[in-house]
Amino acid sequence: MPGKPDFRWGDLGDDDEGPEAVLPPTQVIGPDEKGIKIVTEWRRNDDGGVVKVTKTVRVKRQLKKLSPAVAARRNLKKFGDAVGQNASDNLTVVSIEEVFLERAKTGGGPASAKIDGAPPMTGDLASLGNASLIVCRICGKKGDHWTSKCPFKDIMGAKGFGEKPPEEDASISSAAMPTATKSSYVPPSLRGGVPKGDGDARRGRDENSIRVTNLSEDTREQDLQELFRPFGPITRIYVAFDRETGLSRGFAFINFVNREDAVRAINKLDGYGYDNLILRVEWATPRADKA
Amino acid sequence: MRPILLKGHERPLTFLKYNRDGDLLFSCAKDHTPNVWYSHNGERIGTYKGHNGAVWCCDVTRDSRRLITGSADQTVKIWDVETGIQVHSFAFGSPARAVDFALGDKLAVITTDPFMGAPSAIHVKRVDSESLRDSSESLRIITGIQGRINRAVWGPLNKTIISAGEDATIRIWDAQTGKLIKENDPEAGHTKNITSLSKSADGSHFITGSSDKTAKLWDIRTLKLLKTYAAERPVNAVAISPVFDHVVVGGGQEASQVTTSDRRAGKFEATFYHKILQEEIGGVKGHFGPINALAFNPDGRGFSSGGEDGYVRIHHFDADYFNIKV
Repeated sequence: MPGKPDFRWGDLGDDDEGPEAVLPPTQVIGPDEKGIKIVTEWRRNDDGGVVKVTKTVRVKRQLKKLSPAVAARRNLKKFGDAVGQNASDNLTVVSIEEVFLERAKTGGGPASAKIDGAPPMTGDLASLGNASLIVCRICGKKGDHWTSKCPFKDIMGAKGFGEKPPEEDASISSAAMPTATKSSYVPPSLRGGVPKGDGDARRGRDENSIRVTNLSEDTREQDLQELFRPFGPITRIYVAFDRETGLSRGFAFINFVNREDAVRAINKLDGYGYDNLILRVEWATPRADKA
Repeated sequence: MRPILLKGHERPLTFLKYNRDGDLLFSCAKDHTPNVWYSHNGERIGTYKGHNGAVWCCDVTRDSRRLITGSADQTVKIWDVETGIQVHSFAFGSPARAVDFALGDKLAVITTDPFMGAPSAIHVKRVDSESLRDSSESLRIITGIQGRINRAVWGPLNKTIISAGEDATIRIWDAQTGKLIKENDPEAGHTKNITSLSKSADGSHFITGSSDKTAKLWDIRTLKLLKTYAAERPVNAVAISPVFDHVVVGGGQEASQVTTSDRRAGKFEATFYHKILQEEIGGVKGHFGPINALAFNPDGRGFSSGGEDGYVRIHHFDADYFNIKV
């Protein structure tokens, strides 16, 4: 008897107001030959009114054909160690984590060995997503290139970086050729960027650590990587995040492999305008000779 | 996709094989007991008990009735797939490394390692049931290769045997006479140990993986180098997709170097390359050690990998895999 609720007086509770208080049962029509199924539900909303919900669902049945041989093998008797095993042995576990076919980054040549995690250093920076943050301080162009890569740096360089010491040129050349910039861990013995024989640079990884303050809240590790990588190989980037809001707390630490790179980064980026804020870049642990 | 993890082995995996219908998956490991699993849900059906050493390789007949396994215990055993009963055991004087049924499942090629002064060898055996009753003499024995022969497979129409191994050379032998027909061009070939070899579904070409961090695609008749896939780590396992122009390459850092770097540096992932364009399509991570074995499901809708970590991972591709545009 579809459509009319099957209703009995005895089903009513004391506080119900009559036959109207009892919701009609859920009704399912179909699926018909096209696989269309109509489900009608009755619900009570927050205001006490009765709501009729009609869902139209297409039911698709997927048929997988098995060859007779496979079908015959579907229920093989267990043998060997499989006899007596049960689910609690956990021999077969469906992975909890979702695994994806992680697409390789495009742009490499045929079968080129790419450096893991390092976005292409060449090419337009606009593709990196934060183009608006990039403002060349020499020519003033937005979103096209870093100051250090400005095509006009030879002509106009003098006025742009007034406060910079004479090692400017060395920094530009190194910025143009980011050699061993790997974000993944490289064992000390394999670190290419470490100058041989310079024991001092090897000794203190923490001493090449610089502190960047007055960052905007939405600055991410990735942004800093792009900002600082041109100076040389970076071993660590740490952005302090607020635990509750998830926003940057406005400062970060960056460790360079080479001390010289850190010096250059400080010289160049201290006072640099980044995302409408003037960055302050300094040594993380002020040293006697620096202070 | 959520891979199915199979923990049926206590030692590193050595080989994986789907039967022709793709419903069964056979796994071999350095523990002594090959396993058979349902490939759709990972349920273990049984184990083949009897070997007394690492099992290096296996193959299954076209009708999925017989399994052949080669083991370091110097035997090659033939099993009844559905009951796990040992049907026959061939004894050799040295560890068996590779096994492969010929078309028609009447012959099998078996390679044995150099051992106690004996050189490595390729044996051809009759494996049909009548012959097994009568004698277990090798039909042909091919010697003269230096070092281990890691893989030997049959060529088209059982006319040739293709072998590859530690000497980094791929050779084609006449299956009838045992004469050497071809060697690969040393200029184009691998420079280090060839660890794996896998034929395409139609048997017209095959792929080899080597410790020299490359995988190479070869024509099975002319032994012409078709493609080279550059990996970043030594390659232990290779497989060719039966439906797409994809090859999957697995490997990883050598076990001895794992402790000197972190897990990401090990690159323990199965990497997909476009077979023709040689471009990397993507990688599937998950293993905690180098991948030693790879196999594509014959329906092309999934693949399995076996690692040094002792796990088999059965992957069933997500829908978007089938829409990949390169």
